Amino acid sequence: MRLTRLKVAAAAVLVASTLAACGDAGSDDDGGIDVDVRDDATSQFDEGTRMRELADAGTIKIGVKFDQPGIGFKGATDDRPAGFDPEIGKILAADLGIDADKIEWVETISANRESFLQQGEVDLVIASYSITDDRRKVVGQAGPYYVTGQQLLVKSDSTIESLADVKGTEVCSVTGSTSLDNIEAEGATPRGFDTYSECVDQVLNGTVDAMTTDGAILLGYAAEHPDDLKVVVDPFSEERYGVGYSLDHPEMCQWITDTLKAAQDDGKWGEAFEVTLGKSGVDTPEPPEMDACS
Amino acid sequence: MDDVFSHFDLVLKAFWLTIQLAVLSGLTAMVLGTALAAMRVGPIAVLRGVASTYVTLVRNTPLLVICIFVFFAAPNLGVLTGTPFLVKGVVAVGLYTAAFVAEALRSGVNAVDLGQAEAARAVGMTFGQNMRHVVLPQAFRASVPPLASTLIAMTKNTSVVAVFGLMEATARMRYFVNRNADDTIAIFIVFAIGYIILVELISLAAVGLERRWKAAR
Repeated sequence: MRLTRLKVAAAAVLVASTLAACGDAGSDDDGGIDVDVRDDATSQFDEGTRMRELADAGTIKIGVKFDQPGIGFKGATDDRPAGFDPEIGKILAADLGIDADKIEWVETISANRESFLQQGEVDLVIASYSITDDRRKVVGQAGPYYVTGQQLLVKSDSTIESLADVKGTEVCSVTGSTSLDNIEAEGATPRGFDTYSECVDQVLNGTVDAMTTDGAILLGYAAEHPDDLKVVVDPFSEERYGVGYSLDHPEMCQWITDTLKAAQDDGKWGEAFEVTLGKSGVDTPEPPEMDACS
Repeated sequence: MDDVFSHFDLVLKAFWLTIQLAVLSGLTAMVLGTALAAMRVGPIAVLRGVASTYVTLVRNTPLLVICIFVFFAAPNLGVLTGTPFLVKGVVAVGLYTAAFVAEALRSGVNAVDLGQAEAARAVGMTFGQNMRHVVLPQAFRASVPPLASTLIAMTKNTSVVAVFGLMEATARMRYFVNRNADDTIAIFIVFAIGYIILVELISLAAVGLERRWKAAR
């Protein structure tokens, strides 16, 4: 009897310590890179600039995607989004003296990125935000900090091998996205869904023939279903991801460009890539040359 | 804005799909809704129960949930696999609207004087004949305004399938907005006008029917 009780007690202690260990592992590591948060941030920026205001406030609102594994993804139980875009956000915030857990992450979808910046809902948008001339008319876009291209995700036994094969097939992506627009131009029937995960589901159950978007996102899904899915076709578009900011604060452009350049030079950019997109097996690319601020 | 007008064929194609969705879903809803209304006022208890369960269940479920069921859950369960997207859209919007059509018609049936149905029964008509020749024709007349509202709501509801693989007007609007970030408001207005035209057509048809049937009564 006594022995049994002892055993129960021992088991209880063991279970408790295991649980505690789990809790620890989760709390102090978000799977991202460590950034050096600047101490003297306020004095670095001129009075009246938006950077100074943010450094003074000690917090920043950054819009990211929540549904793109590797780029920007937040599961239902996650505290903060993970991916290459949030890592870039951490690097920028650190330069303002803002710690990663002081960043307010806001979910932006493709359709509301411009309006969120214009209305001041967010300070920065880092959400697989391709730089285009039309967008630069209404918001500022600094960068590119990453260049990717559109590819196709198909079932392992699919007959689609080249871009010419998509003619007459049904290809899904997110409603209103540039990717859907491009694949329609190739002669495929576009099938728009709300999120990429719904689109992947349609490929898996055979309702549509392929999914298309930036290669980096597709690799993330292919890694989740290595037996059922594969990525085909060389990139057939060039998407240059930029950091969006409001045109009310044009001074931010030079700051974003300089900070990202510094991160490229000291290796933080590469580290950020390795712990996020790099996990799908692609090599870390050369950091792209960034546009000059006008 | 130039982008929309230089690709206006895409706008027309998108509204054509919206019209197809609305007409086919409307027909499905009218046929199924009439059957449901007849079942609900009919003498067979089992059918009454089935119809009222259907109406209560579907009317209290958001269209989005029904779409998720038809487009995602059903294919994963092996139903509706390989079905064209347009058919799935018609199934989702049609089944949903049928519940509202049934209720609109039932209100019309209630507006028919009880003596009419009793008289029909007295001359030896069966329930089916009674419905076909006496009750439903009068019920349809009485329920033109609520039916028109239902069909107008349905036409606007077709926009829900924009995120379920169909390139209808709302999906096409998102496409243009994505391409022309500097022109979103003008694009919204163009597509809003398209929807206004569709809805006005239904309203005009309803007004016309009401006038004609009022004179005939």
